[in-house]
Amino acid sequence: MSTATDSAVGFETNLLERNARQRTERMSLPLRGDEDVVGLRKHVRERAVAIGLSLVDQTKLITAASELARNTIKYGGGGAAHLDKLTDGLRQGVGIVFIDNGPGIVDLTLALRDGYTTGGGLGLGLGGSKRLVDEFDIDTRPGEGTAIAVVKWKR
Amino acid sequence: MERIPILRMGDLLLVTIQVDMHDRLAMTLQDDLTERIVRDSAKGVLIDISALDLVDSFIGRMISNTAAMARVLDAQTVVVGMQPAVAITLVELGLTLTGVKTALNVEKGMTLLGKNLNR
Amino acid sequence: MTTKDNATRISQLIQVHEAEIGSQWISQLEAMIVRGTSSSREQLRMHCQQFLSAFAVATGDGELENIEHRSWDEVRDLLTDISSTRAKSGSTPSETASFVFSLKQPLFAQLTAAFADEPSTLAAASWAVSSLLDKFGLFTIEVFQKARDQIIVRQQQELLELSTPVVKLWDGILALPLIGTLDSARTQVVMENILQKIVDTGAEIAIIDITGVPMVDTLVAQHLMKTIAAARLMGADCIISGIRPQIAQTIVHLGVNLEDVVTKATLADAFLVALERTGASVTVARKN
Repeated sequence: MSTATDSAVGFETNLLERNARQRTERMSLPLRGDEDVVGLRKHVRERAVAIGLSLVDQTKLITAASELARNTIKYGGGGAAHLDKLTDGLRQGVGIVFIDNGPGIVDLTLALRDGYTTGGGLGLGLGGSKRLVDEFDIDTRPGEGTAIAVVKWKR
Repeated sequence: MERIPILRMGDLLLVTIQVDMHDRLAMTLQDDLTERIVRDSAKGVLIDISALDLVDSFIGRMISNTAAMARVLDAQTVVVGMQPAVAITLVELGLTLTGVKTALNVEKGMTLLGKNLNR
Repeated sequence: MTTKDNATRISQLIQVHEAEIGSQWISQLEAMIVRGTSSSREQLRMHCQQFLSAFAVATGDGELENIEHRSWDEVRDLLTDISSTRAKSGSTPSETASFVFSLKQPLFAQLTAAFADEPSTLAAASWAVSSLLDKFGLFTIEVFQKARDQIIVRQQQELLELSTPVVKLWDGILALPLIGTLDSARTQVVMENILQKIVDTGAEIAIIDITGVPMVDTLVAQHLMKTIAAARLMGADCIISGIRPQIAQTIVHLGVNLEDVVTKATLADAFLVALERTGASVTVARKN
């Protein structure tokens, strides 16, 4: 199922297989519309609870996922999210890879520094999402697409 | 289409958000609230988020926008019942919800509204 | 003469003269004891006997270099027990190590008598026995330290899990005294607790008193600021009290922005501010 979604998205990135040795149980979800964000949140919560993340960490992860999923739909033209259970031998974690083949992010430094503004600002909020997770990686190529991989480990 | 119910209590409007809102539902709520403030000549809006275990930037902006529009319409907005995990996450996210008053629960929220409306 | 042969001979030697070696060892040890009860002497005798037999047998297996080898398992387990028992009854790690080292003399006496005509064997055997006992002596010290470390780790966990003490000063006013050094992990746990207490008690003002915190670094200061911001989002407010001069300096040096946070030197001052905010005031009753 994962391959089908990937080829549908059509953005080649090494972030998809980065944690290949550590990951199990990949769940792939399409991100096309509003309801998909709600669905993703639900699945992320289930995974987070399953590995025993604290309530605060759960909230942080799901919020970050919500932000990034929305970005994928709104700015990336839609795409997919791949939800993984990770283990590095000592601890467990949840990993999510967001992928789209939209316009890509032209000025990454600016996007990461971007804060939020109230009242309709277009901030991508990447800087904020980055603070909510333990690992945050971006692979973006203007004109081709974007992939963002995040990981939250159980403390 | 599903809508979040808005209760009227005198010149106050009370909204209790209990579902995981998708973006369209949030926008609908914003529109509905604005319309009801005018229709009911409301002076205060109480948004109860004690059942929300997630507030992301979209919901946050919706709340801020609602408060801003309410103010233009001469009404005060108070958000009540934010859960600690949500508050911690919003701070980390950098979302400040400026222009929005907050209170621990509905009762205190109403007291706050009462004070501000000089009753 | 191979090591194995030596080992066998030493082993047999010890076993044959076990009683003699044992009593010499025990008298040495008893001479070193400053304060001892009859039961502790009894225990000492038992430890000596057990160690000596196990040591004698294990030596026969020939592994004179590596005390981690299987053949020494029983000896190590025994020493671990002895070390913990002695630790519990108040021995220092040096005392327990000396327990092992003092076996050297009685053993050397036997070796000297047995190998009187074989100087090179005597030298090899003495060296082997000496370095073996050195290793076991060090082993007891390691065991002691590991046990201590475990206690420390457990206490740290308990400290981390201790809920933040909460004092309700008045309706709607909480005091949360923070005590001890705050590291990043502990601060996060404490902060989450503070916010939860605010929700649980419905207090609109939380006074975070840091009189008992000797030092504040950037991370802790940031956590404090974030907690206050989170409390505000929830509809409560925080006052920080008990800021000592050194901490005030640190905060200024770190460039932490305390502009919209009320800070007071003492908990009492903070309490007055909190009372005023809730619309109360303090008057002194006149006695007539």
